[in-house]
Amino acid sequence: MEKFESLIALAAPLLRPNIDTDTIIPMELLLTVERKNLGPHALTPLRYAKDGTENPDFVLNRPGYRGARILIAGVNFGCGSSREPAVWALWAAGIRCVIAPSFGDIFFNNCFKNGMLPIVLPQSTVEDLAAAALPGSTFRVDLSTCVITTPAGRRVQFEVDPANREALLTGLDEIGMTLQQDATIAAFERNDRQRRPWIHL
Amino acid sequence: MPGRTLFDKVWDEHVVGEPAPGVSLLYVDRHLLHDLSGARGLREVQERGLGVRNPALTFATPDHTVSSAPGRNDDTTPRSGQFVRDLRGMCRALGITLFDINDPAQGIVHVIGPELGLTLPGVLLVCGDSHTCTHGGLGALAFGIGSTEVAHVIATQTIRQKKPKRMRVNFEGAMAPGVAAKDLILHLIGRIGAAGGNGHAVEYAGAAIRRMPVEGRMTVCNLSIELGAKIGMVAPDDETYQYLAGRDFAPKGELWDAAVKHWRDLPGDADARFDKDITIDVNAIRPQVTWGTSPEHVVAVDERVPDPGTVSDPDRRKGMEAALDYMDLKPGQPMEGLKVDWVFIGSCTNSRLSDLRAAAAIAEGRKVAEGVHAWIVPGSQAVKRAAEAEGLHQVFRAAGFEWREPGCSMCVAANMEFVPPGMRSVSTSNRNFVGRQGPGARTHLASPAMAAAAAIAGSITDLRKLQG
Repeated sequence: MEKFESLIALAAPLLRPNIDTDTIIPMELLLTVERKNLGPHALTPLRYAKDGTENPDFVLNRPGYRGARILIAGVNFGCGSSREPAVWALWAAGIRCVIAPSFGDIFFNNCFKNGMLPIVLPQSTVEDLAAAALPGSTFRVDLSTCVITTPAGRRVQFEVDPANREALLTGLDEIGMTLQQDATIAAFERNDRQRRPWIHL
Repeated sequence: MPGRTLFDKVWDEHVVGEPAPGVSLLYVDRHLLHDLSGARGLREVQERGLGVRNPALTFATPDHTVSSAPGRNDDTTPRSGQFVRDLRGMCRALGITLFDINDPAQGIVHVIGPELGLTLPGVLLVCGDSHTCTHGGLGALAFGIGSTEVAHVIATQTIRQKKPKRMRVNFEGAMAPGVAAKDLILHLIGRIGAAGGNGHAVEYAGAAIRRMPVEGRMTVCNLSIELGAKIGMVAPDDETYQYLAGRDFAPKGELWDAAVKHWRDLPGDADARFDKDITIDVNAIRPQVTWGTSPEHVVAVDERVPDPGTVSDPDRRKGMEAALDYMDLKPGQPMEGLKVDWVFIGSCTNSRLSDLRAAAAIAEGRKVAEGVHAWIVPGSQAVKRAAEAEGLHQVFRAAGFEWREPGCSMCVAANMEFVPPGMRSVSTSNRNFVGRQGPGARTHLASPAMAAAAAIAGSITDLRKLQG
């Protein structure tokens, strides 16, 4: 997994609540487009008009926001389906960090497995950051200090659960780590066969 | 020590270790795979030179991409062949039980888990599908996971998770005639919003849940994810044990007795604390129908489309306006009378025998309105057989519904069964998201009886007007 340490990039405000993973990557596209090519298809229903042309009002299509790597999003971003291609599509579109008041629980976990940093901040702070995200202005997000720096130099502290932070900073391989616990898992199983024999088919 | 909730007790039973502060390594009792992501997860593990740690606890079925057309095979839908053969090949190579496309036990993963007795109270069950919360209706701790997590479970039979907060929803009172489990949970989502459960494991309790049959409890738990919570649970009781007794993979004889004894200790302690505790008056709930593109965009069927102009938060207002535009609706318009083109009765939310009975009770002796395409897609082969044994398929066919083969079908349109662009659908599924039933499709979520009523009337209709 690619590491995440810090990022200096354009930030795009997209505060609409409940942007679901079907909107982030529609089923048809996730079934037919390869992972690395998903970028142009991220957020398709918002990004393109019915005739397939770019929707000029959509933030990521506007001058000064194209190429944004930070999304400042609304409540419950990434709600809905568990599809990990939602994270892959945003990643392929260049996004590395999403800041929102809350996230869909499964999407939130999926981010950390793919080098994407989701940051939860109070609604009012998110709104302030969105207001500061003027076209062409860059933010700094530093995971080692857990600080967002706005274009005007305001510093906003954020919290990331230590294990998830470590995973992003080191590009952790969780399967490899858990496999090292194999003896512990086997001991649990032996015990559990006595305790709950009906589980072990 | 304060009392523990149902969720806490089941969680604690599965803790293998704490690999990092605040992170538990949990043992996975049951892992379900489906055609959309199953083969990919298995291949990923294989490519790393690893195996399936416990194939006997892993089960697979094709549901997402398979056609629901009568007489179907792997290739009835051009896309499904690749997915189904892939899953079949990987399962065969790795010794995983597969309920194949026309196997008597095939069906939507979340329908067959419970009906095969794979889902049991107190099990930790995961699947690469967000509606895995459905299994919580039997008192399982069940949640959807992403594909990286799927690979982790295949390779290690465990999963790393941070413990969520606890929330309880007490559904108190009695359901009025015509009101279904679906209406309770849609009403709740309307009340507290699609983010209301973010970061929580939800336990549904109260008199209405205790009186609710197990299939209804599964419908309630199914929509937990639309509430923002990936886990929903109902404490097991005699109703649960009665439902499970004798099922294929459920324990038998002495093992059954030992299991029931164990399960009777799972319900939460009287002094257990919840981070959020909500009570809903069920008496006042009327049949629900969604108007927008989030499950929180919901009203009672006799209400009108809300006016975004009354909402002060500008982003929420813009979201509502965009939803109205997509759905081709105007503020203040009555929901009743909206002309419908498609009706879909199926999905892991509402495709069980009780759902089909409720729809058939409305359809019986009536005709689907002209121009309406109405589909019944049973949740599993077992549901289909049971419904046919009761003659429900004849009721539906006589009324002009199509009686189809089990799978996810038009809930998620991964099998190329779409509601055409711009068409209005009443669906018993779980998501009214933009494009969910196909690009440009306009979805209204409702209960099976409401969907059947819409098919008959050709428009959104209060089913109570069709009840004798």
